[in-house]
Amino acid sequence: MTITLVMCFIFVSACIAWFAEGIKENSGRYVALLSMIAISIYLVFALLLSESSVDYSQLQILTRLPWIAHFNIEYALALDYLSIILVFLTLLLAVICILVSWHEIKTKVGFYYFNLLASITGIIGVFTAIDMFLFFFFWEVMLLPMTALIAIWGHENRHFAAIKFFIFTQVSSLLMLVAIIVMSVLHFQQTGRVSFFYQDWLALDVPFKTAYYLMLGFFIAFAVKLPSVPVHSWLPDAHTQAPTAGSVLLAGVLLKTGAYGLIRFVLQLFPDASSNFAPYAAVLGVVSILYGAKMAFAQQDFKRLVAYSSISHMGFVMLALFSFNTIAYQGAILTLVAHGLSSAALFSLAGMIYKRIHSRHLPDMGGFWQHAPRMGGFALAFAAAAFGLPGLANFVAEFLSLVGTYQVYPIHTMLAALGLIGSAIYGMVLFQNSFQGSFPSTKIASFKDLSIREFFVCSLLLSLLIVIGFYPDLILNLFNHSHIAWLTDDVAGAGL
Amino acid sequence: MDESMTTLILTLLPLYPLVSFLLLISLATRLSWTVAASISVGAMVLSALSSMLVINQLSVDTPIITSQLWTWFTLSPSEEINISFYLDALSAVMIGVVTGVGLLIHIFAAAYMKEDENFTRFMAYMNLFIVAMLLLVLADNLVLLYLGWEGVGLCSFLLIGFWYQEKANVLAARKAFIVTRVGDTAMAIGLFMLFKETGLLTIADINQSANISWNVGDTQPYWIALLLLGGAVGKSAQLPLQTWLPDAMAGPTPVSALIHAATMVTAGVYLIARMHGVFLLAPEVMGYVAWVGALTLLLAGGAALVQTDIKRVLAYSTMSQIGYMMLSLGAGAFSAGVFHLMTHAFFKALLFLTAGAIILALHHQQNLYKMGGLLKRLPFEASLFTIGLVCLMALPGSSGFFSKEAIIGQLWSSETAGPTLWWCAIAGALLTSIYSCRLFFLAFLGSSRFSVPLQSSSSKLLQLSLLVLAILSVFGGLLANLLDINLAPVFAKAAIIDTSTQPDWLHTVAIATPFIGIVYAWIYYANYRVSNHKTLVESHSVLTRFCQQGLGFDCLYHYLLVKPYCLLAKFNRRDIFDQLIMLNAWYVTLCHDIFVSSQHGKLRWYAAAIGLVTLLFLLILNIDGFGSEASL
Repeated sequence: MTITLVMCFIFVSACIAWFAEGIKENSGRYVALLSMIAISIYLVFALLLSESSVDYSQLQILTRLPWIAHFNIEYALALDYLSIILVFLTLLLAVICILVSWHEIKTKVGFYYFNLLASITGIIGVFTAIDMFLFFFFWEVMLLPMTALIAIWGHENRHFAAIKFFIFTQVSSLLMLVAIIVMSVLHFQQTGRVSFFYQDWLALDVPFKTAYYLMLGFFIAFAVKLPSVPVHSWLPDAHTQAPTAGSVLLAGVLLKTGAYGLIRFVLQLFPDASSNFAPYAAVLGVVSILYGAKMAFAQQDFKRLVAYSSISHMGFVMLALFSFNTIAYQGAILTLVAHGLSSAALFSLAGMIYKRIHSRHLPDMGGFWQHAPRMGGFALAFAAAAFGLPGLANFVAEFLSLVGTYQVYPIHTMLAALGLIGSAIYGMVLFQNSFQGSFPSTKIASFKDLSIREFFVCSLLLSLLIVIGFYPDLILNLFNHSHIAWLTDDVAGAGL
Repeated sequence: MDESMTTLILTLLPLYPLVSFLLLISLATRLSWTVAASISVGAMVLSALSSMLVINQLSVDTPIITSQLWTWFTLSPSEEINISFYLDALSAVMIGVVTGVGLLIHIFAAAYMKEDENFTRFMAYMNLFIVAMLLLVLADNLVLLYLGWEGVGLCSFLLIGFWYQEKANVLAARKAFIVTRVGDTAMAIGLFMLFKETGLLTIADINQSANISWNVGDTQPYWIALLLLGGAVGKSAQLPLQTWLPDAMAGPTPVSALIHAATMVTAGVYLIARMHGVFLLAPEVMGYVAWVGALTLLLAGGAALVQTDIKRVLAYSTMSQIGYMMLSLGAGAFSAGVFHLMTHAFFKALLFLTAGAIILALHHQQNLYKMGGLLKRLPFEASLFTIGLVCLMALPGSSGFFSKEAIIGQLWSSETAGPTLWWCAIAGALLTSIYSCRLFFLAFLGSSRFSVPLQSSSSKLLQLSLLVLAILSVFGGLLANLLDINLAPVFAKAAIIDTSTQPDWLHTVAIATPFIGIVYAWIYYANYRVSNHKTLVESHSVLTRFCQQGLGFDCLYHYLLVKPYCLLAKFNRRDIFDQLIMLNAWYVTLCHDIFVSSQHGKLRWYAAAIGLVTLLFLLILNIDGFGSEASL
């Protein structure tokens, strides 16, 4: 029941935040912040208490209630370490989102926090639902408030970006819906009973050719979300136009739902089909890494640059996942966390700069270091995280991904490693164009250093990046060999 | 001293500068010069003292001291990547150089940078650099070494671009970082390959098991060694990735001394010496190492002949001296290479720092053609600089002489080097002495070509550090035997080069070469040393300009790599994939516009349209009717 409680609580506080803002100005954000912190603390304790009795290295079903009994659709939630990690990442970034929106949002404040928290409810649902119909339901629930966030509180070109985001995700999830329905029909044909339950599907024996098409249906939906080249182009627009918190949430968690879907559904439901498809997916991963890095270098908009760098980083996830290798898999998981933190940090930074100079245009920037040494230090550290400086979480993640992938695809890995050069180039451009050089004093009167709230956000993210960078076993220990037995057992041929 | 104590001291070694860095960076502007300087220099004193203590503990009975802190991550059940330190004679030489020379340069820097408004930040970066460098040389596995490797790269970037308001410095810093990153990527791929082939990344294990799993000349060690060499040439500014080093002189002078002469740029040499187990199995790659070294040695020496900026002369000289070290490693004379690394650190740091003092005295004038006659005006700096140059030219008795002779003496009969490379080394020595003399004449002899009043620094700190470095440069050669004996067990696998069959005249030639260079320079550069009040004119011939601009490499890379990448980025800024997908949107909008424009409320058009469509339907029906009739 834990997760159900968490989701209900977040949704209720979303409503309270909305109403509270109507009664008293500026109360919405306090409601949102305090409730998110309370929920996080509750979840930590709930999991710690249950950990002794439950082994989360396997999928543990928490709740299973009939929902639409006619079609055997259930309300079923489950947790394993993968979803626990991602749920915590979501909660952490939710707190960050609220903190970065503190002074940024000035219109329809109550409704804003409602949308933010509603979207988070949906995301947690996506990470925990194991009834496929329920999963699809949450998939849509997280999408709508996100579109609203972009369309109402975004920047100058927000309507276009919101529509683009919405259409991309809708069209691709339509394919997933078809695949879900076909799977339930297959289940009906084989057992005489319709089922949307994930673990029923695991036991299903799907003919290879059908499995291949179904796998593609899921794959395309998740590849759009990840995103992978060539279906990535919603992301730069959505990231650039979204308000700061929207970008943080998009880059930090929403992209991870794509990776989560690949791991949970594509790889585990269709192991043979996906290992057959793996060479193509690996190529897509490599192309994403290099193309994303090259495009990031070309951008002149701070947020757009970070957006393309996300595409590059998610390429590592795609490549690592489809190499069916334990080390690479661990690297992929760690990339999810590391990129969640580092891209959230860079987007928060973009928000802080925008607040001061009302521009995201890199040529308008320069020499900020002089006026804001603390901010400059953080900017350097976050850019360094993006280009994979050892000592920060992203390095371990990329290193493990590439070491693992090299065992299977040496040539792909060598090409992907060129992304290290590409990331250094865009990282340099990002940091040096904004914080070094001469200060454009004709255009900008003053540039204040970090406020206490901003300092807290930056130092929280940086300390997590450093801790994971030097002690990744915090996360990796949860993904030892017993947990990923499916990986080596199911597709032994493709692995080591 | 008992064992646990030694381990503790070793563990704490990089901690002092780290704590100092954290203190300085978090308190930043609030510290006075005295406090900031004493924190950062104090940390270095502690580091230097403790490294002396641990080096003393190394002996024949305890050739290796290790200290394991924690497990970083696990690659396979048998291979854990640890944060742990490994001290043997080779890393002992390195930590000695890093903390010893590092301390002296810190003392110098505290005096040199006193007036800078960002003094605290500067010292913080210097401390951070020392941390990263210590991690690099103490790492017991290649991943931790890579951490130090990238860490020193970042510090180098920060310090080259320390005066970041100048666009040129920013670009120099960017260039240094990206060019070395190219080498780093090669090295990273080397690590992936190494792990795939051996399942190991711990250095001692690799060196031990390498010749069990492979034979000499196998393809795996060939590729691995080649990729590691890629990393080494990037960091050590050797061909073909040498272009960043001359530009890196944009940084403050103590940075050039510490990072771009004494320590970081020799990391590539250290890497190859450290991984000699793999390199020895790939004789072809050893040959490449030697050739890379020889070519860099000659080209950089040639480029140094025509530079006008005193720091750029020294930068090219550094490249060419590292070329010697590479040549030595390639020949299999590992100890000699490491020895030259050490003496070079002493005398090149001395040269850079003294050059810094001179530049300061001349109010930031770095152009050699605007110096002259300084021997009389700045006798203290001039005499120290001369000591440095004597070592650089390897005149008998100086430390450079011992180390360079050790290298040259083994080249002739080495299997992977040979007579050709020996001649290259001799030609390099000739070039070295010629450009050293040119530098000396231009700066110290002749007539004064500057108009500003000299402002000689009287800081005792500055002079103290210079003096100690000068003493080390002169007497560093005495450590030869000590080093040889201690390094021999580390490189036990390398075959000892038998020099007994060499012709006798080799030695004479090697010793005589620098003197020939001096005589040649004395005659050829006569107008530089005589003070006749004629103005000196820089040569602007095509060849000079070509050499001055780094022998065309910059230009080549600019047109071959930088420009195409930028153009590609510029042309595709709007993202071709996005535009393809947006064609759909365009098409839908087009249809929308067409249909909207048909709804204009003009009755005549509607009537006509209805009529037309009816006609069309009738026609279709008729054709259908005819068709069915025909079939009947």
